Amino acid sequence: MSQADSTLEGHATGLSVGPAFSIPTKKLAMWLFIIADTMTFAACLVAYGFLRNGSADWPRPFHSITNVALMTFILLTSSLTMLIGLRAARAGDKAGAFRWTMITAGLGILFALLHVREWMGLIHEGMTLFKNPWGNGLFGAAFFSVTGLHLTHVTGGVIALLAVGVRYRGGRYNADDIEVLGLYWHFVDLVWMFVVPLVYLMNLAH
Amino acid sequence: MTTAEAGKSGGMGKDLVVYLCLLALAGLQFAIAFQNIDTSQMLVRMLAVAIVEAGLAVLFFMHLWTEKRGFAMFVLVFTIFVLLAMQYGWTDSTRMVVGAPFSK
Repeated sequence: MSQADSTLEGHATGLSVGPAFSIPTKKLAMWLFIIADTMTFAACLVAYGFLRNGSADWPRPFHSITNVALMTFILLTSSLTMLIGLRAARAGDKAGAFRWTMITAGLGILFALLHVREWMGLIHEGMTLFKNPWGNGLFGAAFFSVTGLHLTHVTGGVIALLAVGVRYRGGRYNADDIEVLGLYWHFVDLVWMFVVPLVYLMNLAH
Repeated sequence: MTTAEAGKSGGMGKDLVVYLCLLALAGLQFAIAFQNIDTSQMLVRMLAVAIVEAGLAVLFFMHLWTEKRGFAMFVLVFTIFVLLAMQYGWTDSTRMVVGAPFSK
């Protein structure tokens, strides 16, 4: 065996010791996506904070916390139902895992509908991307950008929940796929924990 | 998370406790919103609560607690670096409020 061959063989051996950090490749890919997506949301929230901090007449248009409190409760509960679905999948309870995944998707749809209802209310009050009746015109652009990005993630998550749930029931996906999707769903929930105080609670009309 | 790890992570009871903690912390954020304090204090308090919430979610809902230590450190260091790197602009936004001239 030449030196080149032995070097190549050693290299191949080094590559075949297993996936990075000894976790499945799909899960690692999802974690890397989540870290990258953290950058996206952090950039949006920092930009939002920059605008708010740099504006003397930042609007405070929210008179009630009922809607956002309900949305928060629904999203947190959907994380719990996702976990129950994962546990059912791990236990081999296919029907249970499918049912809880669909319940999670249903809660996601409910969250999205409440979100859209809130948007429509603000639009009816005269808020657009560049003007509003309360103060700095950039509020609309900042608000719709941050919450819109989050709503896009929720919508994507709901579609993924439906697709993965159906394919899991059909035997094409397994519990690992439910877990990877769960990581994404929990991340969407986690981001909401920062959106609520910055975008809603700090802009309550007192 | 393998089945063994699922057992190690404490079962459904632990998930429920974490869920209730998250609900309580979310409620605390709403309570802070009605405190009679200035905006910067409110921001600090709400972000502190949000960070605790995020930590609970990442460790227990996303099971980072049961992953390999090396991987958990990788995620932690990478995320902190990203969040710190985002903080360049704050001094400029304060300068916009007080009307100070931009440096030449």
